[in-house]
Amino acid sequence: MITLTINGQQHELDVPDQMPLLWALRDVARLTGTKFGCGIAQCGACTVHLDGEAVRSCVTPVSQAQDRDVTTIEGIADDAVGSRVQQAWLELGVAQCGYCQSGQIMGASALLKQTPSPSDAQIVEAMDGNLCRCGTYSRIRQAIQRAAEHGEQQA
Amino acid sequence: MTTLNNTLLLANVSRRHFLKGLAAGGALVIAARWAPLSADEQTSYGAEAMPHGWVDDPNVFIRIDEDGTVSVVNHRAEMGQGIRTSLVMVAADELGADWQRVRVEQAPGDEQTYGNQNTDGSRSMRHSFDPMRRAGAAARQMLEQAAAEQWEVPIDECQAGVHVIVHTPSGRELGFGELAAAASQLAVPERDSLTLKPRDAWRYIGRDNVRDDAPLAIDGEDIVTGRAHYGADVHLDDMLYAVIARPPVYGAQLASVDDSAALDVPGVVRVIKVPGTGQPGGFAPLGGVAVLAENTWAAIQGRDALEIEWDLDVAGDNADYSSPAYREALEQAATEAGRVIRERGDVDAALDDAEQRLEATYYMPHMAQAPIEPPVALARLVDDKAEVWAPVQHPQAAREGVAEQLGIPLEDVTINATLLGGGFGRKSKPDFILEASYLSQALDGRPVRVQWTREDDLHHAYFHAVSVDRLEAGLDGEGKALGWRHRTLSPSIASLFAPDPEHKQDFELGMGFTPVPFDIPAMRLENPDASAHVRIGWFRAVYNLPHAFAIQSFAAEMADAAGRDHRDYLLELLGPARQIDPRDVNDTWNYGEDPDRYPIDIGRLRGVIERATEAAEWQRERPAGRGLGLAVHHSFAAYAAVVFDVEVNDDGDVTIHSADIAFDCGPQINPERIRSQMEGSCIMGIGIALHSEISADQGRIEQDNFHQFQIPRLSHTPREIRVHLINDDPEIPLGGVGEPGLPPVAPALCNAIFAATGKRIRRLPVGDQLAG
Repeated sequence: MITLTINGQQHELDVPDQMPLLWALRDVARLTGTKFGCGIAQCGACTVHLDGEAVRSCVTPVSQAQDRDVTTIEGIADDAVGSRVQQAWLELGVAQCGYCQSGQIMGASALLKQTPSPSDAQIVEAMDGNLCRCGTYSRIRQAIQRAAEHGEQQA
Repeated sequence: MTTLNNTLLLANVSRRHFLKGLAAGGALVIAARWAPLSADEQTSYGAEAMPHGWVDDPNVFIRIDEDGTVSVVNHRAEMGQGIRTSLVMVAADELGADWQRVRVEQAPGDEQTYGNQNTDGSRSMRHSFDPMRRAGAAARQMLEQAAAEQWEVPIDECQAGVHVIVHTPSGRELGFGELAAAASQLAVPERDSLTLKPRDAWRYIGRDNVRDDAPLAIDGEDIVTGRAHYGADVHLDDMLYAVIARPPVYGAQLASVDDSAALDVPGVVRVIKVPGTGQPGGFAPLGGVAVLAENTWAAIQGRDALEIEWDLDVAGDNADYSSPAYREALEQAATEAGRVIRERGDVDAALDDAEQRLEATYYMPHMAQAPIEPPVALARLVDDKAEVWAPVQHPQAAREGVAEQLGIPLEDVTINATLLGGGFGRKSKPDFILEASYLSQALDGRPVRVQWTREDDLHHAYFHAVSVDRLEAGLDGEGKALGWRHRTLSPSIASLFAPDPEHKQDFELGMGFTPVPFDIPAMRLENPDASAHVRIGWFRAVYNLPHAFAIQSFAAEMADAAGRDHRDYLLELLGPARQIDPRDVNDTWNYGEDPDRYPIDIGRLRGVIERATEAAEWQRERPAGRGLGLAVHHSFAAYAAVVFDVEVNDDGDVTIHSADIAFDCGPQINPERIRSQMEGSCIMGIGIALHSEISADQGRIEQDNFHQFQIPRLSHTPREIRVHLINDDPEIPLGGVGEPGLPPVAPALCNAIFAATGKRIRRLPVGDQLAG
């Protein structure tokens, strides 16, 4: 039995230590906002936060998430930065199919929490591993910039 | 006003209790449907020519509840093109509904009721705009009539405002909800009595809704909060999670399996053999061995533990299929004459007499659609009735497939279409759904979710056809084109459904090859043989991709050989603005559209070239190592031109400064989503040009995951993508949007690379060809 704190709530999950956090979240905790895309940390669709840092949940054993705060897309609105990112995503109409966008938003939120006003190069560095087959990248870049601007205004 | 089709009829289905549940309470349900053609009308086009496109059943619905909530049923698959928003905008606008009180309901797969649902061919808005408008207008007029009767006033004193009917002389108002019950008792107005709103009265249609604060994407909030439901997000109690080991070569079959280690994996419940169908594979499962478990992770581990022997002999020469050898064979075959598709003048004489003669061979590899959501489906059986939840572009094919597989009537199969996490053609083939229904049946109806991994998706896609295109041209002393010979070779999608025809079909050749719009005195288009060794399927824009790549690259090569400006030369190849009847250039397909309504419009091709080049400041000199590239293409009843501004450094690294995309699809219903489709096409096309390749070695696909099958990333994204939408002309019939932006992207980028470096790319992807 593994105890996880997901979006501030405790979950007791009967899963093996080595099960990737992704499947524990999706299949066992039934939080399906976190998506499966590749299984080997090559696409970023499964991105969640561990103690505020972006990780690929598809290659993170669930045991590594014990005693840490897991934040998923379902909980990111409670974070001021995450909420701004979501708002910027809506304002710019970023999503097309939307499937990868949970991971994109989690990646962008982690970036802005650490680097509130990222340069273009920092945006690319943080986000280049988050694939989007619909090709929404230019709006993703703009939305991150807008969320950063909103953050500066509120700071 | 847009010309409306004469065969559109309307019926009030709430009176007929057609839709159980939907038409409950005092709700008004209005349906538009296509009338069947009479026997003497031989040829049909557009929506009428689609399966179930015109049968006597409703295909779009509007419901108004007594609380005033307007529900619009969307019958097309949503895969990022925004159709759930766009079709609702159309109906809501004609109705006069307040966007804040409008919601969408997703139709199940049921073409008998809704009309054609095969979301493919960039057809959704093209085929559904008129019916949806008329459904909205008819509902509005019924509400007006209900108000007139309640107030006992002439109907022409009653007019829809925003979500209300207003008695104009007195200013009295009744809300839509207050009128819904009475309106639902009224007969649907005669078709010729409908008044469609004039363009200047539209509040949503044609509005750039993100900027103007009109409708935002209907699923936007669900997406950014993780609440949106895709294929793998539906949960049923007692469901099992399945992962399947499939034959590594197309046509191979299971010889033997040792599942003892798999069954020892904690959480694994069962191992079940799935029969395969061999070749042609159609939409059927490939077969193999399924591991069913209590969660996805256990199923994946269980599959890894299977020990399987495959029978490769039954795959025939597919087990020898290797991409380099196949490419060589096609290039060799391209040097010989093939089946003649179109001929004008004497091309041999024209080439022989030419002052200058050019020849080039272009190659585009297989690709996988690779939506970030891999195929996934959940199925269960209850009382011999099947129910499926899946991200599916073609729910009718899924429904028919499940019914046939299980031997149950069509009406006992329910296909619930979830949101698609990308489609790009992959999810028009329901093989993954038939795997789930097979396994559920094997478990006496227990719910089973089949999850494809990324490796499954890349190894067992319905691949974009590999292509070789060989072009020859003869120029006179001034560089003017005298002769053009184009041979195109690709395996055909028809190989999926019948013994391999080894030739492209008319609809495949019609994608930019047969109707090449150049005005050259002597032309011959030929299609030599090519055989299929993997499953070939639709990929966004399909055969337009290799045809546009070859034709638009070669036109640039001709301009260079002639010492002419590429844009000027391309305009000269196209000739003066005029309309070409597709039948006059042997194109019998024309995307299924009426050749009289949808001619090939050279003026519109010229128009997008002029707009894109003007926006990119085509004439401005660029520094060394930097260049502009142009390409244009007509497909899916729309016209697109792209100009890239590219820089290539000494290491061969490509930096894309900007893309200018000029796009003409005629009337722009949801310009914001048209723009995003163009942006997405630009990115996908960059991937096709620079990175994406699927290859086979001895019949096995060599790319396992995204580290090997490269798709574009943020770092490949142009600094600026500028989309220029032109020709929003209500007199023009609607064109497609989802696909036509893609074909010109790769050739425009390769032409820009040539302008920057002098290096001509004839083999895609560019990969490391620019290095050193």
